Amino acid sequence: MTDHTEEPPEAFTSNLPHPGGIGGVFVPVAGFGVTLRSFFRPTVTEQYPTTPANIQPRYHGRHQLNRYADGLEKCIGCELCAWACPADAIYVEGDSNTPDAQFSPGERYGRVYQINYLRCIFCGLCIEACPTRALTMNNEFELAGPTRAGLIYEKQDLLAPLEEGMLAAPHPMVEGTTDDDYYKGDVIRATEAQRAWVRANRPDDETLPENLPTREGHVPDARHGETGTPTPLGAKRFVSGTGGGV
Amino acid sequence: MSATADKVPTTTDLVTVMIDGLETHVEKGTLIIRAAEQVGIEIPRFCDHPALEPVAACRQCLVEVASPGPDGNLRAFPKPQPSCSMPVTEGMVVKTQYTSEEADRAQKGVMELLLINHPLDCPICDKGGECPLQNQAMSHGWDESRFVDTKRVFEKPLLLSSEILLDRERCIMCQRCTRFSQEIAGDAFIDLQNRGAMQQIGTFNEDVLGFDGYGPVGAAAEDESGNAFSSYYSGNTIQICPVGALTSAAYRFRSRPFDLVSSPGISEHDSSGSALRTDHRHGKILRRLADNDPVVNEDWITDKDRFAFTWQNQADRITQPLVRKDGELVEASWPEALAAAAAGLTAAIGKTGTPADSKAKGVGVLPGGRVTMEDAYAYSKFARLVLGTNDVDARTRCSSDEEQAFLGATVAGTGLGVTFAELEKAPTVLLVGFEPEDEGGVVFLRLKKSAGRQSVITVASHLTRGAQKLGATLVPTVPGHEARVLASLKGTNATYKELRQPGAVIVVGERAAGSAGTLTAVGALAKRTKAKVAWIPRRAGERGAVEAGALPGLLPGGRDAAAAAARGAVATAWGTSSLPQTPGRDADAVIAAAAAKALDALVIGGVDDSDLTGDLLKAVKTAKFTVSLEVRRTAVADAADVVLPVAPPSEKSGTFVNWEGRLRAFGTAIRTDAMSDHRVLDLLARQMGTDLGTATVDAVNAELASLGAAPAGHRPTVPAEPAPAASQKSTNVAGEMVLASWHQLVDEGALQDGEPHLAGTGRVAVARVSPATAQRLGLHGVVTVTGKRRGSIDLPLAVTEGMVDDVVWVPTKSPGSWVAHQLGVHPGQTVVVKGAAA
Ligand code: SF4
Ligand code: SF4
Ligand code: SF4
Ligand code: FES
Repeated sequence: MTDHTEEPPEAFTSNLPHPGGIGGVFVPVAGFGVTLRSFFRPTVTEQYPTTPANIQPRYHGRHQLNRYADGLEKCIGCELCAWACPADAIYVEGDSNTPDAQFSPGERYGRVYQINYLRCIFCGLCIEACPTRALTMNNEFELAGPTRAGLIYEKQDLLAPLEEGMLAAPHPMVEGTTDDDYYKGDVIRATEAQRAWVRANRPDDETLPENLPTREGHVPDARHGETGTPTPLGAKRFVSGTGGGV
Repeated sequence: MSATADKVPTTTDLVTVMIDGLETHVEKGTLIIRAAEQVGIEIPRFCDHPALEPVAACRQCLVEVASPGPDGNLRAFPKPQPSCSMPVTEGMVVKTQYTSEEADRAQKGVMELLLINHPLDCPICDKGGECPLQNQAMSHGWDESRFVDTKRVFEKPLLLSSEILLDRERCIMCQRCTRFSQEIAGDAFIDLQNRGAMQQIGTFNEDVLGFDGYGPVGAAAEDESGNAFSSYYSGNTIQICPVGALTSAAYRFRSRPFDLVSSPGISEHDSSGSALRTDHRHGKILRRLADNDPVVNEDWITDKDRFAFTWQNQADRITQPLVRKDGELVEASWPEALAAAAAGLTAAIGKTGTPADSKAKGVGVLPGGRVTMEDAYAYSKFARLVLGTNDVDARTRCSSDEEQAFLGATVAGTGLGVTFAELEKAPTVLLVGFEPEDEGGVVFLRLKKSAGRQSVITVASHLTRGAQKLGATLVPTVPGHEARVLASLKGTNATYKELRQPGAVIVVGERAAGSAGTLTAVGALAKRTKAKVAWIPRRAGERGAVEAGALPGLLPGGRDAAAAAARGAVATAWGTSSLPQTPGRDADAVIAAAAAKALDALVIGGVDDSDLTGDLLKAVKTAKFTVSLEVRRTAVADAADVVLPVAPPSEKSGTFVNWEGRLRAFGTAIRTDAMSDHRVLDLLARQMGTDLGTATVDAVNAELASLGAAPAGHRPTVPAEPAPAASQKSTNVAGEMVLASWHQLVDEGALQDGEPHLAGTGRVAVARVSPATAQRLGLHGVVTVTGKRRGSIDLPLAVTEGMVDDVVWVPTKSPGSWVAHQLGVHPGQTVVVKGAAA
């Protein structure tokens, strides 16, 4: 038992202004003024999912692994994104590029790349950590699914779609260039020699000009095993092949 | 300032110094940087390494120093001084970066300078995350660089060897690698080259290195004389490089330190029992590093310890028991496989209770030399208690009864004998049948440490480059004649006199067993000279097998299986009335017996048939029943009737006993459901109705402890007189010679499978003969060596100065030279050497 003395309860005093006179009469219904004003304004309620969501251009959505303009991957498998991630959502394993399998310019590439969307908190620290601007975030936010495993996105799920002039990796670097030339943005499209290499090694590769689907501008969906699924509802796909690092 | 534990600190010469206002008393001659460590002050450093001589190359450790002048007044040095190379003096006052602005500014300036040409490609650098340069740039560097010009670039990486890659841009010229190579390994293949900004580490170019026949197999950077970086210890340079300039092909770009789980371990590759750190991720080993164990391996391990770990996870790893059904090995459940194994073995020992029992001829057990002491004990107990036989032998190499008596009398259960420290301090070391660099691993480094202070004498056919690095003297000996040579060491013989110095050590290798009388002669010589004897076998499990009694004539603790009292003692401990009395057969005899249908069944552990001169595969096929306890689908497992998978060392715990007799216990690094041999044998015994009591490591160790070492009367006795060495009978075949051979450290041993980068650093196989022999037989170019198995080996000839005549040396299991398998002979036996028909 403590022996503190009970203080008398404080009397309630309102902080609201107390308009007097005629104003005082309307006080109880003043709130309806807001309602009435809004009544004559345009509607802003979004009818998502029946109509596309209106997403801000810098919204932090799903990650994307970008490519250089010739299709080589930007990721060097450095694991800095995994290191930066406060939620431990990213798992990377690097490996060495070889002459037969060059995935990114230079010596090192990301062989395994996974993001667990059950863990990711979309803070964007990973994309700040990425030294090559390989990792950016796009506007896709519909990341739900029926299975846990399905929400671990693999490298092929995250890779940016191939754009005009790009060739699917692996293929050699542009003749006579170094990784520095790529970083500086001096490589602007795949060359004939690269196409010849892919032709010799993977004649059926879909990104060779002769194998491109006829529909103009069609971008093959990189999502593994989900080709043909319609673009997710709403999300305006922020397709960025060059990722801003160039 | 080495990390050797046997250094007794002398407390007599203490000096008083003041570091950052803290007064401390340290031994005279202590370097400032160490004195600061003792009071908990860390000075940044790169080139300083406690095991290497100071060079003050990087200048990162600058501090302000003042010491009393002749007049007693404190006088400051005009400029900051490197604390890693300046010893403390009485009354010295040191101000580090914490109390001196000048020291701090100097350190930051050095850091900025080091980073000027540094590529800072941390994202693709293997050192990133554990890089002293990264860390110290953060803790002791400026946030911004003022350098805006183009950095110097080098082509990268440079292949120093097929395993060691050098990114010269990242190098900060600390010279740890070159100092290690020169001081510790004695392989001075890299050194500083050029000046100024173009200064770089490169392969050393000096003709003095006489390189004949010691070149590596794989691609490596060459200097002008065609020499390549070739060292059995080169991996240590990667570990001590304070930046990511030196990397290994095996680990390059594979991982980051924060991905890895580190587990301490013990190397399974040699009998030194080097302490390792195994770094693994998701159950897969990514790399192994040296752990500091001052009494054993200090800071170093061999490249084999470091890089040879892929063997256990090859595609042929066995994960499920296999049982032969209709001639095919098919996967089976554990209960089914154990039942099949038990049934086959029960029939072979005649315990089925049917008339066929009278024809049963018994079982032979070959545990192999790579199992832990606990496993060896289980094999020994299983053979004697369950199978009722003494036919158990872990020595799957050339061996003899004389060796067994020697091991029982002087090695088993004797505890810690000669130690690494004693070896290092010994005034004289006599090597008999032992090649430290190839067969000893870190033993070589200890001897190298004392090179110049110690006299090393080797009884061998020729002086190898390794022996030359130790400054060894050769006692030229034809293999097989060691006993005679050792017996001649007496009276006024110089070697004999050297060996009489207190502390002298005679090192005898496992090869001595192949030369009759050698071990007895070693014993006699030790008695004459009072030198200590160290038996250094090659394989990690050999000493443990001797301790555990996995030899036909030895019971645990060095007890003689032929002595009734010793048998009785063990029988009581094992809760049985008696142990088998029939003398056991050794490995060769077991194989011969099985091939001749004198044994019905075999139980085989990790034995590679290509290591044996006897035809093990034929024996397995002839025997009615074979149980193989294996990690991988070897040829033996493929021919067996029941295959029980066992765990490789990284997936189990246990104890290797190193050659010193030191117990090197290790825990499980990677938890899988694979079981160790002792546990599998326990299950098998249970299936056969006996409780072996070897289910856990603890249970085995408790039993071994309660058995203890044999009392004097229970040990075998060594023959008193050296048996006469078998004289070489000449059959007058032209080109007949005595074979000398041993395993090179990096070769084609089964535990080095799956690591091509390491294999590339192994030395090329050559056949060595003396100049006189080469001339007499007109040998040049490629020669053909033919053995009794009528197989032959073609090798390039290396004429070796100072070698004994009429002897040919070839490596035991190097590429293109598998002596046991292809020639079917042991060293000391004769082969025929001819010029290859070209
Ligand atoms: S995405 Fe960027 S940060 Fe992550 S591993 Fe690849 S290169 Fe490194
Ligand atoms: S050595 Fe490697 S990790 Fe260390 S600072 Fe240089 S590039 Fe970065
Ligand atoms: S390679 Fe490494 S250890 Fe050798 S000098 Fe350069 S920084 Fe030092
Ligand atoms: S650590 Fe002292 S100069 Fe390098």
